[in-house]
This record gives sequence, C-alpha cells and structure tokens, in this order.
Amino acid sequence: MTDQEIPYRQAEANVVLRQVGKPLERTDAEGKATGRTRYAGDYTMPGMLHAKVLRSDIASGRLKHLDASKARALPGVVCVLTAQDLPDRLAATDMPGQTGQKRASTDRQILVREIIRHHGEPLALIAAETPAIADKAYDLIEYEIEPMPGVYDTEAALDPGAPIVTEPDNIVGEHKIRKGDTEKGFAEADHIIENTFHTQFIEHAFLEPEVGLAWVDENGVVNIRMSTQVIEHFRFIADALGVPHNKVRILGAMVGGGFGGKEDITVELYLALLAQATRRPVRLAYTREDSFVGHGKRHPFSVSHKTGVTKDGKITALEVKISADSGAYVFLSPYVLLYCAVAAPGPYRIDNVKIDSAAIATNNMYTSAFRGFGAAQACVAYEAQMDEIAKTLGIDRFELRRRNFMRTGDKTATGQTVESAIWADECMTQALEALGEKTAASGPIKIGRGVATYQQSYGRITWFHDTSEAWVGIEVDGTVIVRSGVTDIGAGQASALGQIAAELLGVGLDDVVIYNSDSAVTPLAGTTTATRALYMTGRAVHTASSNLRERLVAFAAQELDARPDEVDLANGQAFVPDDPSKSMSLKDLAARGASEGLERSELAMFRAPFTDPIDQETGQGPVFPDFTYGCHAVEVAVDTETGEVTVLKSVGAHDIGQAINPQAVEGQIEGGALMGQGYALSEELIYQEGKLVSPSFSEYLIPTSMDMPEIKCIILESRSGLGPFGAKGIGEPSLTPVAPAIANAVADAIGTRVFDLPITPEKIVRALRE
Amino acid sequence: MSLEKAITVEINGVARELSAPANETLLDCLRRHGQFEVKSGCEKGDCGACAVQIDGEAVDSCLTLAWMVEGKKVTTLEGLNDADSPHPLIAAFLEHGAVQCGYCTPGIMIAAEAMLRDIPDPTDDDIALALSGNLCRCTGYTKIFTAIKQAAEVLRAGGGDD
Repeated sequence: MTDQEIPYRQAEANVVLRQVGKPLERTDAEGKATGRTRYAGDYTMPGMLHAKVLRSDIASGRLKHLDASKARALPGVVCVLTAQDLPDRLAATDMPGQTGQKRASTDRQILVREIIRHHGEPLALIAAETPAIADKAYDLIEYEIEPMPGVYDTEAALDPGAPIVTEPDNIVGEHKIRKGDTEKGFAEADHIIENTFHTQFIEHAFLEPEVGLAWVDENGVVNIRMSTQVIEHFRFIADALGVPHNKVRILGAMVGGGFGGKEDITVELYLALLAQATRRPVRLAYTREDSFVGHGKRHPFSVSHKTGVTKDGKITALEVKISADSGAYVFLSPYVLLYCAVAAPGPYRIDNVKIDSAAIATNNMYTSAFRGFGAAQACVAYEAQMDEIAKTLGIDRFELRRRNFMRTGDKTATGQTVESAIWADECMTQALEALGEKTAASGPIKIGRGVATYQQSYGRITWFHDTSEAWVGIEVDGTVIVRSGVTDIGAGQASALGQIAAELLGVGLDDVVIYNSDSAVTPLAGTTTATRALYMTGRAVHTASSNLRERLVAFAAQELDARPDEVDLANGQAFVPDDPSKSMSLKDLAARGASEGLERSELAMFRAPFTDPIDQETGQGPVFPDFTYGCHAVEVAVDTETGEVTVLKSVGAHDIGQAINPQAVEGQIEGGALMGQGYALSEELIYQEGKLVSPSFSEYLIPTSMDMPEIKCIILESRSGLGPFGAKGIGEPSLTPVAPAIANAVADAIGTRVFDLPITPEKIVRALRE
Repeated sequence: MSLEKAITVEINGVARELSAPANETLLDCLRRHGQFEVKSGCEKGDCGACAVQIDGEAVDSCLTLAWMVEGKKVTTLEGLNDADSPHPLIAAFLEHGAVQCGYCTPGIMIAAEAMLRDIPDPTDDDIALALSGNLCRCTGYTKIFTAIKQAAEVLRAGGGDD
C-alpha cells in the first residue's frame, strides 16, 4: 500500500486488526516499572566533569563586569566560560526544520555579553571535577549588574517610550484572519456579547529536570546524551559551536516528561560548549529551581471575544483580539500565536470572522512550546464565551453548541476544508452522558457542570514541509527491528511504532525491538511535538512495513506455490488462509529470503501535506494537516464559604480516528485531565518585576493524588485521520478542553464567572461577594 | 574537604559498605553507588521521585542524610523486583498501563508497597493519602489507583512473596 492509497475514510470498512487497536503492554513499560530503564541522568563516564550554570537574578539590567578569575583558580575547576570566552555566535530559538529554512534575526545570545533581558539569563558556565567544587566556583564568580527599567506586561510594552526588548517595537508576531463580513454579521445579530479572558504563565513540571552528558569522540564529533523532545537541535548546536552539522550527535534516552518544555534547546548547548572547551566528558543536571528558571513557559494570553448571535442562538459574527506575552526572546511565540488565532473560533461554523493577534515582548521569562501551544488558551476563551452566550440568550449551553457545531465536510475559519470526520457533537453527547446522575448540593456546597469542546490540529504547520523517516527490517530468525529517530517522552511513542510494524508484518509486539532517538544512527523522524509523532512517524513505519510486507508476501507466494494476493502474514506465519497445507514460519521465510538475496529491510519517508504560507492579510489558506475533535465534561463541587473547588467527575471523549494502543490513548486523556485541572485551579508562576518568585513544587501547585477524581475516557474511532490506520492525534488535544470545562462548571455552580485563570478560592470568594 | 566515613547498610537485602561525606544525602549516595532507580526530582522533599524505604518506612531520600541509615535496611524499587517473585505491584502497573514517562514510578511503587503492608484493603482515600507526597505529571493517577487496588487483591489472596 502506498501513501496515497491509505484509506482515509474507513468508517464503514470492516478492517481486521490483530495488533493495532489492542491495549498491549508498551515495550518501554517493564524497564520503567522495574527501575531498569536508564534515563539521561543515569549515564556516567570516566573522567566526567560536573557543570553548573550561573544565571542573572535580575530581569532587566546591564552586566557591568564579570570576573571569574577566583573561580578559575579554585583547585578542581577545569573551565569557566563567559561571553568573553566565546566567539560572537548566537543560539537559534527557531523550530528545528528538515528543510534548512530558518527565521531571520530571532536568535539569542548564548551567554550575556552586556544586556540582560530576563531573570535566569545565563552569565557563565562552570565545569569542575565534582559537583561540590562546581558549587564553590559558582559562589566565587564576581559580577555586578546595573538594573535597568524593564517592561513586564504586554500593554505597557506597547506604550510609546516603553523599553524595547525586541526591536523595533516589541511586537514579535502578528496574525490576522478575515472571513466574510463581520459588520454585516453583527447587523444580523440580536445580541452582541463581549468578554475578555486571561490565562496565566504556567510550568510544564515534568518530573525529570533537564539533564545530559556530552563528550567529544575520537572523530571529533560532539556527542550529547540528553533528555529532549528534539534530537534534531544538533544542527543548531553545530552552528553555535561553529562546526559542521555532521560533527554533532544527539542521543536521546527515555524522557521523564516533556509537555513542550524539552522542545527548545536546554542543556545541550552548554554541554557542547563545555565538552568542546575541556575535551572531557561533561554532565549537567538542572536542579528543580534551574528547571523552573531555565526553560520557557506557557504564554499568558488575553483573548477578547465579541460575538454576534441571533435570538435562536445562531452565531452570525465573531471578532477576536488576542495578545500574548512572549517574554524576552522570540522562541516559538509567532507559531503559538498562529495556533491561537486559527483555533479562536472553536469547532463552530461562523461565516463572518475577524481575528487580530499579536505576541509582545517583555522582560518576563520567554514563553514557548507547551502542550496545547496557543490552541489551549484559545479554548479557554471560546468555550467560556459559549456558556456566556447561552446564559444571555437563556438557551441550554449544550443545545447552543449543537446549533453551531461544525459538521463533517465543513471548512475552518481560514477556509481549509477538513478532510476528516468532525465529531464534536458526538463527543459532547457521550461525555455528558457519562457524567451520569448529578451529585446533590448541600448547604454551602454548590454543584456545577461544564463541558468544553474543541478543534485542534495535529501535525506541524503545513508550510514547514514536515517529513519523518523510519526503517523497518526483518532478521533471519523472523524477528523485527524498527529504527527511527523519534524521541519517546513517556506517551509510548516508540512502542506504538512497534505495534504498527507488528500488525503489518504478522508478528507480535514482543517480536519487535525499537531503536530510537539517535541523530546519527537512526533515520531522522523530526520532533516529538505538535501531536505529530504517531501521525508522522507512524505513517513512515506503516509505509516501510507495508513495502517490506509486499516483498515478503511475494517471496512466500513463490515458496508456497500460491498467488501473492492469497498470502497473509500473521502469528509469525506466512500462510494461505484457504489452504491449511500452505504455510511456513516467518523464521523460515526470512532465512530462505536471506539465502536468496531478498531485501529484508526498508527505509521510508512520510511527507505531510506541503502548502505555501497563508495570505498575510486575510489568513486564508490551509494551515495544518488535519484536526482532532472532542470534548471534556466535568462536575465540580464549590464550597461557597471557602471558595474551594473539588472536581468530582472528569470525562474526556475524543474522536482519535483509530487508537493504535487504547491504553496509551487513555493515558493521554487522563494525563491531560490532570494538567488541565491544575491549569484551571491552582497553577500559576508568579513573576515580580520579571523575577520568578515561585520556583518550587511547594509554591507551584500541580494536582496531587488528593486532588484528582477517577477520570473516565471515551474513545471514538472515525478512522478518518491522516495517521496510520486512520489515526488522528491526542497528545495535546487531551489537555485543551479540560480547563475551560472546569471554568464552566465553576460558573455553573456559583452563578458568576471568574474570567482569569487560575480560579483560586480567593477569586471565587471575591466573585461571590460582588 | 568534608568528613567522609564508611557506613554499613543493607540495600535490597544485600549488606553493603558505602563511603559517604557527612553532608551527602541518601539520594546522592545511593545513586553514586549505582542505585539509579532512585530518581532525583526536586531535592526538597516536594515530589517523592526519590522515595525509598528505611526499615520498611517510605521516606524521601533527598531529605535523609546517608549517615542516618547506618545499620538499617534500605529498600528501593530494585528490592521489590525479586527475580523469582516480583512484587504484584509491578505486574499490576504493567497490566494497567500505570507507567508513562516512568520517572515517578519508583517512588510511587515504594510508597504504595509501604501502604499495602499497613492497609491490605485500601480505599481510594487511603491510596490518595499514601501517594500524596508523590507527584506524577503524566497519568492523572487513575491507572495508578487501579493497579494498586489490583496488587492489594493479589496480596490478600496470598500472591507475591509475603
């Protein structure tokens, strides 16, 4: 089967699957459950040095002088690097691409040369014989920072005379979408409803802080074994070191959580510089505080909706104004902003749409990728707005959604026809039903329910020309090997590839071994970001396995004296289903094939749909390969005396096309429920004058076992996606609707809305008093 | 240099002699001696990734000085994975897909095993309390609760090694 022949719409087809669609134990599970899996921080080397990063504790200032001589003189200190010791190169902050394209003028300084733009900006790198010596050296570096006026909110950053963090005007990205005629649409409306919603800075809070180990090998190649979502930053690292791309290799390990926080460059740049300078192995392990201070955050957004609606609840026009705090460096802000703008209308048919958006630089911590990537913030706004519209009109909230939902075959606000099933309504119906009987209120405890539905892309922006490669081979004993650069960040990215290969080659998942995450020796698969790993690399494995299967079937047909279309592969056998006398084991088949010179491996590339960028003025054109639709529904109890919210029921219902491993899909939905609950109720990074004042888990509160209800998962399978076997994506979509569902449930319980996340007890009590 | 001494300690049933400076945490000491299943997540006692049992009681090894365990028994996840009879928690976590990124898993197993010895038939509230010091960012805890309840059932029926 070639790429073009993958059936995109198989809803009616009777597909027999033997491995795919089963809740198989993941290939990575046993190593993790027994503690045998080695994470990046568990590797050591003889002669290894220990690194540390000195950072600015002021957000906006001028480094007047920095003197590392005392630190360098300390016995056991091998190297201290400052900006003066580095060539005047920059570090890329762009998305790694396979095309060699790169944005202009958005790079950052590697170490502070003079101007400090955010709290935590690195001043110096230390490598010493022991961690204790590195700590001492850290204290011996003398420096003076002259504070400068900074700008810490997006409105102030646009004032005339505001300090300029990013030239020329602090605006680092803008996107517009124009569809239909909003003036006409508002004229047709019976009601116009306007609200502004705010979201906060939040932290990925993966359990494994950033860590890595680098060494220069005998060929002069800088090797970096590290915890990352993106091994293909090796190119940017090579550029920063001033060496050819083939002289840097990044090896991954199982990643202890990513969520977008290990998408940008983290420790690998510092590791590479220190390994290059010392020619010794260097280990750098961030402390939790380093991690809080050292990587980009989720963008705070302000999203204003102005919606025109008829008295029957038909939306006639929508205007949205979006602004995002991009912090002190550009990183992925322009893309996050685009995601928010494209997602802003939600899964609704709206003929007249006008969206304006801007990402604005401040001296806050830079913001970048975070599960949901702007689309999550968009959903916080549009789903709250739907409930507010229903309240104004006196229409049932769910009925209002039904009257406006996009249906299969509809176009998005950018004019992109969605080629897959649009089952937002089906998902909402099932999620609501699963909530069951409503819990009874008692005294000051009020009960509320809320849903949020969504439309969210999977796969990268289509003008990035995204590709992914995988290699599949069968050994002479009939076992299977998959090689692909994909990084596994805990969602079972590698194991899913094994399940796809097992399905197509007629073996069990136990018969497959997967080698992944090595930029030098595994075919490059792109990033584990953008809900793309299963979609893209799954398709590459599908193609490679299918092509290999075709050759094996043709060879087996010769051996079994049958026609190729009569031969099937399953349970480790090649056989003719209608003739029990004609069968042979895959082991014998592979061995016979080897002796006859049969090619027993296949390298395949999958290419996402390629498009040109959308029109800058209208935003019209295709933006993403495809979209996932779904719904999260919750029931909450709110103590109106204390403002405390307890989530009683939490249900995610998502059409994910085809579950490759349903248990892993449930894992995503359950994890998304937790992360979204924290986003709604408790998580917020507090910056004062740009300085993070909550850099620990005792101040930054993620939900614990005490806070979480049992989460129910409903998996719908339209088999209509672009992924393998009609799969869509679930990694990010699982999170997106959770926070707005909780916000809507709280508003339902207390009869008034808190417009700013997180919805803390203080805000609830204040809202109730007003 | 800080004062260093050798301490005798039983790790997962094996008598060991570990050299440790006075100010070294049990977390750093165990990892320095090859017990990489003990994970470092915050070094402040907030996350529980480094949990081990000292004489059967679950504690954060990042808040414990290595010298404090002299003469005691330390159990890590490795100790629950006896080759002949792995702890039913491990099988249950595998069966229910309660492991995602896996970084919190060693600490959660340690906390759960300690609870199950005290409370053979735990309620959801018992489990929630026992795991309240163990952060997990991937799973939402649902499958972890299911797995722990299954392991409890297996243990009550006489499965496992105790």
